[in-house]
Amino acid sequence: MSLLWLRFALGCYFVGLVYAFVALTRTSDLFSRIALHAATIGMVFHFVSLTELFLSGQIAWASVHNSESLLAFLSMVFFMVIYAIYQTTSPGVVVFPVVFFLTFVAALDEQPVLLTQFVSHKGWLIAHIMLIFTGYAALLVSFGASLLYLLQERRLKAKKSTSLIAFLPALEVIDQIGYRSLLLGFPFMTLGLITGSVVAITAPSIGRVDFLDPKILLSVLMWAVYMVMVFTRWNSGWRGRRAAFLATFAFVAALAAWAANYFSAMHRFGIS
Amino acid sequence: MRYQLIGLNHKSAPLEVRERLAIPESRLPDTCRELTAYPGIEEGMVISTCNRVEIVTHTVNGHADLHGFLHDHFHLDASMLDAHLYEFREKDAVRHIFRVASSLDSMVVGEAQILGQVKEAYATARAVGAVRGQLDQLFSRAFAVAKRVRSETAVGTSSVSIASVAVELAKKIFGTLQGKKVFIIGAGKMSELAARHLMAHGCASIFVANRTYDRAIGLAQKFDGQAIKFEDLYSTCDRADIVITSTGAPHAIFRREHGEQFLARRKNRPMFFIDIAVPRDVSPEMGKLDGIFAYDIDDLQQAVSSHVADRRKEAERAEAIIASEVERFQARQQTLDVVPTIVSLQDHLETIRQAEIDRVRGRMGQLTPEQEMAVEALTRGIINKVMHTPITTLKTAAKESEATTVVDVVRRLFNLQVKPKEPPAESADKKAEVGTQQ
Repeated sequence: MSLLWLRFALGCYFVGLVYAFVALTRTSDLFSRIALHAATIGMVFHFVSLTELFLSGQIAWASVHNSESLLAFLSMVFFMVIYAIYQTTSPGVVVFPVVFFLTFVAALDEQPVLLTQFVSHKGWLIAHIMLIFTGYAALLVSFGASLLYLLQERRLKAKKSTSLIAFLPALEVIDQIGYRSLLLGFPFMTLGLITGSVVAITAPSIGRVDFLDPKILLSVLMWAVYMVMVFTRWNSGWRGRRAAFLATFAFVAALAAWAANYFSAMHRFGIS
Repeated sequence: MRYQLIGLNHKSAPLEVRERLAIPESRLPDTCRELTAYPGIEEGMVISTCNRVEIVTHTVNGHADLHGFLHDHFHLDASMLDAHLYEFREKDAVRHIFRVASSLDSMVVGEAQILGQVKEAYATARAVGAVRGQLDQLFSRAFAVAKRVRSETAVGTSSVSIASVAVELAKKIFGTLQGKKVFIIGAGKMSELAARHLMAHGCASIFVANRTYDRAIGLAQKFDGQAIKFEDLYSTCDRADIVITSTGAPHAIFRREHGEQFLARRKNRPMFFIDIAVPRDVSPEMGKLDGIFAYDIDDLQQAVSSHVADRRKEAERAEAIIASEVERFQARQQTLDVVPTIVSLQDHLETIRQAEIDRVRGRMGQLTPEQEMAVEALTRGIINKVMHTPITTLKTAAKESEATTVVDVVRRLFNLQVKPKEPPAESADKKAEVGTQQ
């Protein structure tokens, strides 16, 4: 059933995806309202789908597809929080396509979940997944904001009053969105990594932890880049091109850490 | 009507060219004197604002070499300059001046500042004697037309000023202007206006720097702000988020290295420079820095161009007023052209009449008052009958713009003296009335 709800959600997010492409070329108040409503309905379906998974008793989120679904949902939550604070749907330009992609992959098929060896650490595991994915979602939003910042900066520098991408909020608002999500995401990411390590070290079935595992290396790299971003921002107020460069780097590192699931021994959650 | 005008404006020439032609206020009187000393020019006036440089003249025969004057004066290459210049004569020159004064030719159509600038230019030229009868008439009328346009159309009221465009841009950068700090460099009306707008939208405090410290203090007091010594400009500037600069400095006062310093001290928080100075105060190199948003006067124009459509309708009505005013002015000018001839023709014949009566009176002896009146009536009657056709012809010719030819013929036929100077405006007006009554 959860897959069905997810597919409904996917349909709604598709509207958001279309909005993202349209918004790049022209501004339409009506369309951004439609996209917002569709996204809200999508989130309801999505929430139902995730709840069903949770209630299924197993640590179902710990499959690659289901965790993608969770990440997509958390990103949408971020998007909505930003909308509530800043009354802007423009981060959707970046968030919607990513959310659509994640949900699409997650909605492809159901993966068997066989994480029996972690049952004794269920609480830690859930905490790890929730924390790290909140961190990912924050990073995604921050990355999106830094791209929008670049766009808006270009536009202001070009000094032409075109209606193209006129939907963008003020430069400092975009900057704030990016910086705040970055700050917010950092503790989540850090705690997520810590809880992950706790699970890994204490899980009886794993035994020795290979610290040269690509998943661990990439996660540490991503965290390091994340920290550099927060530091440069805090220390010298890096923004614009340099910040976007760093954010892209962190985002790629995050993607790599994610992709490492497929070739690391660490997160082979019982793929048969 | 031998008006001739040459110039360039924000539409015909880029800022780089205007910068090189801008004439500082202090040099204006000298330029006016030079202009009137130039061959073929009777009267001359120079309008130099950040958006235009125009030379308005009344010439001896309608063909003065104004290009030559510009080249000589600015020592500029003809090839560089000529592509940007426009030249108007007679009726077209009148229309152009009317449009400029009425702010229809302005970067921001309808802005009120240009009228004041033209009035100042006029006063300057008048003070050095470069503007006399002809340009006096033209500009008096231009000011009246501007007033009419302002009161009869909404061109002025809905004007989007540079100031409000600056506010709009600041909002695009900062979101809210609440608590933002403004720095005014170079006290001027324009920057004061922009600052006022920004304050109205929530900007918190204001700094003022000026070459003359006293003026900075004066302006700072107006805004309840803080006057900064010009020497401390670079060390304090980074405290402001928005900088409005309009100094008369011949070179950019903000260069790339200054921008880098500011950004370092501000931890890269963006800065918005509103550069309304010509030549520019902010070097283009500095504007390229990430985090520095510098808008010069041309950029601001682009930003306002989107608003132009709203006012197009009003501008059309204003153009109609201008067109009818140009016709009126031209007609009046041409009537004025024939009036001196009519007057001297009348004088000439009256002299003959008086002389003849005096000559005959001796032979006729004492006349009774009735006889005296009869002689008066008879002679006057003859003269009026004789004069009727020439005067009518002159007046018709005036309307059909053949005045010069007809005036020439009449003067030669009657051997009338050409007056060396045109009568001053007021007396010319009276004579015009006399002329039309007959």
